[in-house]
Amino acid sequence: MPTITYSQALNDALREEMRADPRVFVMGEDIGAYGGVFRVTKDLLAEFGPQRVIDTPISEAGFVGLAVGAAMMGMRPVVELMFMDFALVAADQILNQAAKMRYMSGGKVSVPMVIRAQQGGGRGNGAQHSQSFEAWFAHTPGLKVVAPSTPYDAKGLLKSAIRDGNPIMFIEHKLLYNTKGEVPESDYHIPLGKADVKRVGRDITLVSYSRSLLHTLEAAETLSQRGIEAEVIDLRTIEPLDMHTILESIRGTARLLVIHEAHSNCGVGAEIIARVYEQAPNALVTPARRLGAKHVPIPVAEPLENAVLPQPADIVRLVEEMM
Amino acid sequence: MPLSIQQLPDVYRQMLVIRKFEEAIRTMFAQGKIRGSFHPCIGQEASAVGGCWPLRKDDVISCTYRGHGQALAKGLHPRFAMAEMLGKATGCCKGKGGSMHFSDPDVGLLVANAIVAGGIPHAAGAALAFKMSGSDQVAAAFFGEGAINQGVFHETLNLAVIWKLPVIFICENNLYSEMTPSHETTSVSEAWLRAAAYGMEAVRIDANDVELMYNTMETAVAKARAGDEPTFIEAMTYRLYGHMMGDPEIYRTKEEVAEAREREPIHRLGLRLKSLGLSDEDLARLDAEADEIIVDAVQFAENSPAPTPDEAFTDVFA
Repeated sequence: MPTITYSQALNDALREEMRADPRVFVMGEDIGAYGGVFRVTKDLLAEFGPQRVIDTPISEAGFVGLAVGAAMMGMRPVVELMFMDFALVAADQILNQAAKMRYMSGGKVSVPMVIRAQQGGGRGNGAQHSQSFEAWFAHTPGLKVVAPSTPYDAKGLLKSAIRDGNPIMFIEHKLLYNTKGEVPESDYHIPLGKADVKRVGRDITLVSYSRSLLHTLEAAETLSQRGIEAEVIDLRTIEPLDMHTILESIRGTARLLVIHEAHSNCGVGAEIIARVYEQAPNALVTPARRLGAKHVPIPVAEPLENAVLPQPADIVRLVEEMM
Repeated sequence: MPLSIQQLPDVYRQMLVIRKFEEAIRTMFAQGKIRGSFHPCIGQEASAVGGCWPLRKDDVISCTYRGHGQALAKGLHPRFAMAEMLGKATGCCKGKGGSMHFSDPDVGLLVANAIVAGGIPHAAGAALAFKMSGSDQVAAAFFGEGAINQGVFHETLNLAVIWKLPVIFICENNLYSEMTPSHETTSVSEAWLRAAAYGMEAVRIDANDVELMYNTMETAVAKARAGDEPTFIEAMTYRLYGHMMGDPEIYRTKEEVAEAREREPIHRLGLRLKSLGLSDEDLARLDAEADEIIVDAVQFAENSPAPTPDEAFTDVFA
């Protein structure tokens, strides 16, 4: 099985879906002639032409809005936002428009579009280029939210997202693009809404996604050397959330820690823990915890950024506290 | 093809259907039968009919919360529109959208929008889809002059020009952005000049002359269909009531409104029809036909069932 990068896996998914369905097209800043600042759309212009690989001006609200209109006519746009932070520039078109058109119309229209963007810090990109917004999107009825952590998951989930027929926020991470993993050459899909147990363990359930998932696996190795076997669940989809997999796991481990790079305050971790207490109030032997970014904008200098964003050592320390 | 004399009675009737639809809602709103807000388009019927009738059924429009006129003119049946106003299960949106979100894609009505300028890029996006699929369909965006100060308006105009989209922008300028005279908060308040600055053909017309509105739109539609080029029409009009039900209208004088009534489009078309030889009885008959349609719509709506609570949880995803 070939080993390819996360960005190559996404590139392959786009190419395959564009070959399979003439309604699929991509649009975004610098995605055509330049091939995308993270290379995810490279070589697509040469194969599919400028009608289907569209370079946009810097007009997030405008081109996301156009994608909503095109999707309502049955096209399948895959819009790239260069940084997820820029989603706020298009916030009305994502949250008030794309998410709500079907419901407001009583099911008469649908909006089959995917918005792809990379999130996250760890490179000193500053407060407006380092954010994680999955909680904002998951909080809004009418959006699905996907966040793959590996090349294998990225390709399979992007293909599913494009075929899903609904507005989907497809969340990548700037520090995942160059990570490598095995990806089959065959045509495969990963269903949305299904988490994946990336590591089996009996002592504690660690739930995470996106880049934090890699930190969590790293922490799990460290913990293993110290005699603690962690079960690591990769959510893969944030909304709809696969509570079944989480509840199954804590039935065995009775301990839960959720880790994400997004700010702790009102984050996905808080939501998962609330649901665990609603659905399995007696499952845990120690209070569930969540670990996320501290509640400050993300700074640039390395010691500052590291103090704000959760690190593998933070995960290890917190787990040892919980044991 | 410009509007023919023979079509004028139908135009008159359609404008009356819109007028009576809105008047019926005003009455029911005052009776407490309607939830939420209502933004009457009374006085703006000509820009709706003149703007929509040159379009084919499979052309699409986006419109605003003041868009009942466009919705009806495009082909949404008054029964399903009225039922939606009363929040009934038979409403065009099953009671989920309400006054501001009428939808009927079968007749080319996308989803009316409650965010000022929010629907403008949708029409351009539909035009993009038509162009990409090789169809000769066109799209139109209806919005008020308040929208020309929203960022996404400017972004969409730029995109329509650089991508040569078959979309027509119709700005219904009724001189007031909500409760404030538009010229007080708008530099270059002639909307057509702003559009021209983006390199688009742009005109400003007296849209209360329904024939002029129709013919101007017709030319723009033909241009879009033949050559993938956008046009901007600033349709000067006037709303005879406030921004929404409950607006005390302290921002304009009663004299101004009374004077506007003299120039309102249905009155003007009536005079035109009489000059063409129609009698008072002819006009009264057209009025009665419109009446019948609305009475039927109200009856249908009032006799329709409310949606069941479980319906609240459907239609989120395809």
